[in-house]
Amino acid sequence: MNMTISGRVWKYGDDIDTDVIIPGKYLRTTDMQVFAEHALEGIDPDFSKQVRSGDIIVAGKNFGCGSSREQAPLALKYAGISCVVARSFARIFFRNAINVGLPIIEADITCQQGEICTVDLQQGKVHCGDRVGEGTKLPEFLQEILLDGGLVAHRKKQALK
Amino acid sequence: MATISEKIFSRASNSDAHAGDFVIGNVDCAMAHDGTSVLAVKAFRELEVPKVWDPARIVIPFDHIVPASTDVSANLQYDIRQWIRQQGIENMYDVGEGICHQVLPEQGFALPGRLIVGADSHSCTYGAFGAFGTGVGATDMAEIFASGKLWFRVPQTMRVTVEGKLGERVSAKDLTLNVIKHIGADGATYKAMEYYGSAIEDLSIAGRMTLCNMAIEMGGKAGIVPPDEKTDEFLKGRAVDTYTPVYTDEDAQYCEDIHIDVDDLAPQVARPHSVDNVCDVDEVVGTGVDQVFIGSCTNGRLEDLEAAARILKGRSVVVRTIVIPASRSVLLKAIEKGYISTLIEAGATLGPPGCGPCLGAHLGVLAEGEVCVSTSNRNFKGRMGRGGLLYLASPETAAASALKGEIADPRLV
Repeated sequence: MNMTISGRVWKYGDDIDTDVIIPGKYLRTTDMQVFAEHALEGIDPDFSKQVRSGDIIVAGKNFGCGSSREQAPLALKYAGISCVVARSFARIFFRNAINVGLPIIEADITCQQGEICTVDLQQGKVHCGDRVGEGTKLPEFLQEILLDGGLVAHRKKQALK
Repeated sequence: MATISEKIFSRASNSDAHAGDFVIGNVDCAMAHDGTSVLAVKAFRELEVPKVWDPARIVIPFDHIVPASTDVSANLQYDIRQWIRQQGIENMYDVGEGICHQVLPEQGFALPGRLIVGADSHSCTYGAFGAFGTGVGATDMAEIFASGKLWFRVPQTMRVTVEGKLGERVSAKDLTLNVIKHIGADGATYKAMEYYGSAIEDLSIAGRMTLCNMAIEMGGKAGIVPPDEKTDEFLKGRAVDTYTPVYTDEDAQYCEDIHIDVDDLAPQVARPHSVDNVCDVDEVVGTGVDQVFIGSCTNGRLEDLEAAARILKGRSVVVRTIVIPASRSVLLKAIEKGYISTLIEAGATLGPPGCGPCLGAHLGVLAEGEVCVSTSNRNFKGRMGRGGLLYLASPETAAASALKGEIADPRLV
């Protein structure tokens, strides 16, 4: 995985909870495509039809609050989202995103829907137009997990050493 | 100079752990349910570790979709049962035993001073017993299954002091919703909360479970009530092991100090679509209701059913009212005490012990535009069915609303 990510912005507000990211009725499967098809259905029914691979979500505070369902970051990842930028994350979503290899960064930046945004995970910075958001740099051990594509891939790589 | 959380993480990581430190903690007890175990077992298999670290420390209750509602659920549950057998996990509680957060305490797994990690966000419920209970996702649970360990950042702690006496038909849920109103839906993010004060001491164990259950609704990593004689009384004859309670030192550092008074507190209601959208019941009295749900890991315990039965005794509900006891044990006691017949005679419908409609998958999903007064813990958009409107309240307010067909003040029915 690349530590610098550029993509088109999907803009959302505060407190985007896991029930709107992937409603409870779609959870009982291991088919990632089902999660992707219903991603963000709770607040934006068009999202899954219009999202393109590489797009970035820029949101407000408390992104991913609510349940521990790992299907939430999986839905966004398999829908094509390459990174989630938010003012703050709910802690279980934060862990889950890293564990499934979905890059995330805490940063305060104003972007418009459809703008191009660039995230430098290593530096902890987000650029959008002429604006720069100073983000919180992930600790190195979490950067490594992301770089390897998630916790399972990271552990398997370690086992090979 | 340490908080309860710092002491628990120090022991679990064999280090001197302070707020902000990253530690690797040895998990005392791990929980996954029929919902989260599916992806946890998938990730565990991908790790290619043949055996779980300690089958005796793993507890798996089936509660989220029980009995299975579709062939897909049935097949996933079948696979998990096979895996549980292969792994020699004996603490499996199948269909009808109850909700994980009720079953673990009843079976004596939730003990003071323990680090208990559950693949469910409401695992903070175990804080009612002075444990550090916290929720994680499926891959973290697979990591625990494989190694018994997990990384944590030791949280800062907020001290929440609640003083005063709750009035007639005002209960633990009202206190809890009022705490959430003060702190907000993300006011405790990454933090632990410790609860003190006369109103907390007065809460029963069931009430403390209601309170700690909703720590996550403020973003909390844990919500902890220091153990006392009520804790010991509850654990007598149940605890799976001996335990050593831990308490915060007098000179420990809190990141915030919050004081709340609940004298004269009115019944509280959280309006759609956020848990901190809390008001006094009189602001929403008269709102038309289509369904009432009394149950969940927040309010499906014996005293909740008792509170509802007291209000409904000899009277009739006018909207569909779904009652789901939190566990088989709660159901049996509620039968013995006559609460179940009271509720059914009043027109309520009984569901099997489990999570029921709380997560919007079965047993009472709402139609577009329908209103439900629910004793559960989340009222997010679409939570109980697309287009449904959820008002969170106490069992007393839920029962009163069932009688009137509109949101009602339980003190006035």
